Amino acid sequence: MIQVDQLTKRYGPVTAIQDVSFSVEKGQIVGFLGPNGAGKSTTMKILSCFMAASGGTARIAGFDVFAQSLEVRRRIGYLPENAPLYHDLPVAVYLDFVAEIKGVSRGARKARVADVMDRCFITDMQRRLIGKLSKGYRQRVGLAQALLGDPEVLILDEPTIGLDPKQISEIRSLIRSLAGQHTVILSTHILPEVSMVCDGVIIINRGRIVAQGTESELVGQVFPTARVELRVAGATGDVAAALRAVPAVLDVQARESRDGTAAFLVESARERDVRGELVKLVTSRGWTLQELHQVGMSLEEVFIRVVAGEDEQEPAAAGEPA
Amino acid sequence: MRWLPVFRKEMRLYFGSPVAYVVFTFFLLISGWFFSQIFLFYSDASMRSFMQPQFGQNLNITENVMRPLFTNMGVVLLFFIPMLTMRLFAEEKKSGTMELLLTYPVRDGEILVGKFLAAAALYVVLLALTLVYPALVAYFTRVEWGPILTGYLGLVLMGGTFLAVGLLVSSLTENQIVAGFGTFGILLLFWVIGWGAEFAGGTLRTVLQYLSVTEHIDTFSRGLIDTKDVVYHASAIALALFLSLRSLESKRWRG
Repeated sequence: MIQVDQLTKRYGPVTAIQDVSFSVEKGQIVGFLGPNGAGKSTTMKILSCFMAASGGTARIAGFDVFAQSLEVRRRIGYLPENAPLYHDLPVAVYLDFVAEIKGVSRGARKARVADVMDRCFITDMQRRLIGKLSKGYRQRVGLAQALLGDPEVLILDEPTIGLDPKQISEIRSLIRSLAGQHTVILSTHILPEVSMVCDGVIIINRGRIVAQGTESELVGQVFPTARVELRVAGATGDVAAALRAVPAVLDVQARESRDGTAAFLVESARERDVRGELVKLVTSRGWTLQELHQVGMSLEEVFIRVVAGEDEQEPAAAGEPA
Repeated sequence: MRWLPVFRKEMRLYFGSPVAYVVFTFFLLISGWFFSQIFLFYSDASMRSFMQPQFGQNLNITENVMRPLFTNMGVVLLFFIPMLTMRLFAEEKKSGTMELLLTYPVRDGEILVGKFLAAAALYVVLLALTLVYPALVAYFTRVEWGPILTGYLGLVLMGGTFLAVGLLVSSLTENQIVAGFGTFGILLLFWVIGWGAEFAGGTLRTVLQYLSVTEHIDTFSRGLIDTKDVVYHASAIALALFLSLRSLESKRWRG
């Protein structure tokens, strides 16, 4: 549904994105992750036909975003960052304008507007001026306008920013409900949001894609081994050697010790859960188990590792112009 | 052309905010003041010529009331039109709504035409409200409607030129103050440029005269529709709209 190939955008001497390539299948929800200034919004602005790329191509539903811009624009709903809206218009009047400009027929317009207001929980606010609404409501009006016209593809730039926790979960379930019929690409800073809402993840840093795939694929790529951190008290003898002797354990690293306790990082084959065996070992030796938990299994850790790893390589690549 | 949605949105914004009402109120107040002064002066002059027929002044009502009124309204519009057009693109760019507008399935030209026609419609309503002045004159004396209608045609064409220039300047900046002053500056320049013709000779004189806006509205209020003047305004509108379209397109490249 969305095919992006070698997309590059330069603002004068600054390269915002470089050779970005990815594709999104029909009906999928893909999360676009990256630190501030990574190029998420730039990519979305190009996909939404707001601006032209400096190089590369992007296609939505088979149409080129530059050469067949109108065809693409008929098929997308776009929510820009910070949901820019006309503050002097009431909510319902504004949405009626959007429905009209998106070509919703006069007869169907009223029902369509009522429908999106209902789905975005803004029906109560329909007569209020947009400028008088709180940030959370404005964000939802922005989402409502993106949904109008029932577009095949939704491009949402930080859809849940500025919402309170209850609204966030409502909007997430709304977005989740779009999967299947709609293809959604959304950017966010909130990592758990991606796990909850998205089928796939694209991580972008410094204008380049650094990782993409499903969440479990990414975790598998970045952390090929399962890791368990444990802390024992009253340990005597060589704990590390004892741990290493447990079957399926690949490596054991000693972490910092304090107050007579010692911490270790145990790596094992991904498919083997060694936690039970570790507990048995510790108790059989008469040590006290203070802590035992899995690490490096969440998207958050993948993200930090991938983005930080990129940033560390920076000095090596300094000779190359950014 | 699917310019209607944009047109309707702009009208809602003009009338949903105080802009339209403030412009209407003050324009009518000021033009009404001009009208009353001109009319009082005229009735005073006709009184005097009645007492002293030997002075036999030319008391044509079109020549003595409507023409000066049209000229004065033209000067007032020089100040008012930039305030109607300055927000058209600048405000959308500043608030970011331009980003959404340009991603809806409409052509840049349709957006442009919708906005231009909305401003033009507001302006025509404004002019229509001033029809109360010739109506008042007609209540007291016999008027020739022909020259009044051509006078209004002149104002419509001049306003069209002013609005198109305003739209162009607004498309070039995201600062409304800059858009307003820029438009006013350009319009004023074309208003006074003809004054230089007096001291210029040859081709320069002709060029300065041709560029001058005032040269191209005076004939209308005398009851003449000169093709040269219609062409002047039509080409100015076309050029300004064309450049605005280019400016919108370049926005897509710069991002």
